Amino acid sequence: MNAISLRNLSVSYGDTRVVEDLSLDIAESECFGLVGESGSGKSTVLGAITGLVADWTGDISLFGKPRGKAIDRSFAALCQMVFQDPYGSLHPRQTVDAVLSEPLAIHGVGDADERVPEMMAACGLDPPFRFRLPHQLSGGQRQRVAIARALMLKPKILLLDEPTSALDVSVQAEILNLLKRLRREQKLTYILVTHDLAVVSFLCDRLAVMRQGRILEVTGVEALKTNSMTHTYSRELIARSTTRVTA
Amino acid sequence: MSEPLLEVENLRVRFPTANGPVEVVRGVSFALGRERLGIVGESGSGKSLTGRSILRLVRAPGKVTADRLRFEGKDLLAISEYEMRQIRGARISMVMQDPKFSLNPVMTMGEQIGETLAVHGRLPRRQIRRRVLDMLEAVQIREPERVYGLYPHEVSGGMGQRVMIAMMLIPEPAILIADEPTSALDVSVQGEVLRLINDLITRNGMGLIFISHDLNLVSQFCDRILVMYRGEIVEECAAGALEKARHPYKRGLLASVPRIDETRAELPVLDRGAWAGA
Amino acid sequence: MATTREWLLTESPASRLQARLGRSYRMLLALLRNPLAVLGAMIVLALVIIAIFAPFFATHSPYTVELTDRLQPPSKEFWLGTDELGRDIWSRLVFGARITLIIVVLVAAIAAPLGTIVGAVSGYLGGWADRILMGITDIFLSMPKLILALAFVAALGPGIENAVIAIAITSWPAYARIARAETLTIRNCEFIFAARLQGASAARIIVRHILPLCSSSVIIRVTLDMAGIILTAAGLGFLGLGAQPPLPEWGAMISRGRAFILDQWWVATMPGFAIVIVSLGFCFLGDGLRDVLDPKSGNSQ
Repeated sequence: MNAISLRNLSVSYGDTRVVEDLSLDIAESECFGLVGESGSGKSTVLGAITGLVADWTGDISLFGKPRGKAIDRSFAALCQMVFQDPYGSLHPRQTVDAVLSEPLAIHGVGDADERVPEMMAACGLDPPFRFRLPHQLSGGQRQRVAIARALMLKPKILLLDEPTSALDVSVQAEILNLLKRLRREQKLTYILVTHDLAVVSFLCDRLAVMRQGRILEVTGVEALKTNSMTHTYSRELIARSTTRVTA
Repeated sequence: MSEPLLEVENLRVRFPTANGPVEVVRGVSFALGRERLGIVGESGSGKSLTGRSILRLVRAPGKVTADRLRFEGKDLLAISEYEMRQIRGARISMVMQDPKFSLNPVMTMGEQIGETLAVHGRLPRRQIRRRVLDMLEAVQIREPERVYGLYPHEVSGGMGQRVMIAMMLIPEPAILIADEPTSALDVSVQGEVLRLINDLITRNGMGLIFISHDLNLVSQFCDRILVMYRGEIVEECAAGALEKARHPYKRGLLASVPRIDETRAELPVLDRGAWAGA
Repeated sequence: MATTREWLLTESPASRLQARLGRSYRMLLALLRNPLAVLGAMIVLALVIIAIFAPFFATHSPYTVELTDRLQPPSKEFWLGTDELGRDIWSRLVFGARITLIIVVLVAAIAAPLGTIVGAVSGYLGGWADRILMGITDIFLSMPKLILALAFVAALGPGIENAVIAIAITSWPAYARIARAETLTIRNCEFIFAARLQGASAARIIVRHILPLCSSSVIIRVTLDMAGIILTAAGLGFLGLGAQPPLPEWGAMISRGRAFILDQWWVATMPGFAIVIVSLGFCFLGDGLRDVLDPKSGNSQ
């Protein structure tokens, strides 16, 4: 069964169509990359799946169950998201402990005192960080907290919106390794939205290239590694990210 | 290399905290000629503060000291705030990370670029307009006349950053400090903006300090690279010799970047503890 | 002592309690670095102590009429002089501090939460709820405060309780506006999206995520408004619509002293001084709190 299946998904902001008639199937425990330049509509797809963007038409179903537009608890327990900006995605006045306990409290799950340290350990956060505020953490540590928060409810699907593009390269490697390990350990399904093809190459099994709200090409990651993608625009993207500047 | 434009010796920046003062920049020394110098480091390595302290832009509780901070024969730490304003913008300019926060939302692009000239030079209005339009053309803006009258919210990020560069370059400074000038931009626009900075720098014979966390970018773009870690310069080398880097920090940085033809199952991660004292 | 300090300032607290205490201690330290804020805090603290222990500070009874001593200038016996009924002004000011404090605290306790909740709900929900709530807020805002308070007191009848209600009714819209503005900037932050994604209800998001962020600007504003509240209360007292005689309310005392202002200046001036000093104290404290509590300053790297 497909973990995520999108049929004829269209999203508009007011009068402008951002995503046009998009269909996509993502298998269980697959990591799927969605690449494109900014404005290509790739983040909007995630918005529609989560329900943060309400103005969509078409069908979205998760594990065969069609998804309505509201965000309810059963959806929250199934699908979570990690945002791009680790500085904006944590409440500035809540300690790590409060951030991680919140999903448990919302869903009426007890034993926060057990599960919070457990999840912190799984995401590589040392126990002393538990009662710190976000401004006492580095960007990489914040992103670990955001990932831990997303995993507190033991979801099956994790949506990643440029999870490392706001981080330093050295920290990026740590977060990418973490995401890879968590996926293996917890059998997660990922959709990774990014403009960095190298990240896709490291993390993903398949990818789709998006431009102006449409999918141009869906291919296995091997095609990316061997530079054998068919669409000219995809090749252009690859060329651009391998030779960035020639000074 | 001829006489250096800027000499920095033992630069230190200190911030007081509840647990005593913390030194964020710890004794940085370098000299800049008519060249492109890259400063690389992680966030928190003190690279941005180094750039800012040259222009005395470090904010209040922070304290800057240096044995030497000389530009055109003047000690930048000793001169008055008035003299500093004559230098800032006119002789040394700085391009910041995000054009959104650096442009005044209620002035048109043309007015903002002209502002620097109006403040620093004594040119008649019409000539200022002429120069601004020339400059907009120089930063490869296709319709300078139209862009002249636009407000910041009406232009894209790449355009905004080009306008920032035009604004910084129009008084023909001797040194340009670019602090992550392209991180807020799309990959496709990044290249253009960098090429632009590069052209203008070489044409005008200026000095450039390019601050970034992206080692690859800096190595392709600069002549010489300083690697900063925890407020110190841990390595200095020519850009071409990057692959031969000796310092484990830099080797680690290079290795940790994923590649498009990635085959490693796991990316090597910097082991900070191992050489913290190195 | 040094170890308590270390325990409080540690970067990695071991429990929720320690984290919370540490944060408060840091704020206290930051507040203590601002001399004006310390002065303000001392004035406010002095007001509270004087109000609580009024009988110890008063030298005479505030109510006993002694016509032989009427309108005495400040002296050893009567520190700040006496009024037209021979009552000691110092003692009346001391007991008046209680009334002032009660008014200020009650108004703050009614108006601030009410305004904040209205503003946060309005800002977060948007749409019709926003339009209706903000419409009401604007109607209240568009009327002059004192006049509106006067109208309410006139309708409800004079007295301290009604003065408190009247002032509270006129001061909540300002907090609603602040809270709404704050909420609008917070509403589209990713951490609110994250909370929504976890299935949190609108009420929970407002209470747990938005209100804590609005509260600091509201607290600052309330402290700065304290002076205004005292002045409005004094204004009502001055017009005879606040506290009723013989209660020693400061505004009412000025009002009665007005008749003698040219010959017996102290009768009106002393309570005036008291109002000015206490108002200043709250203003200084509010300014200091702004620097400490402002979430924007805490986030800079």
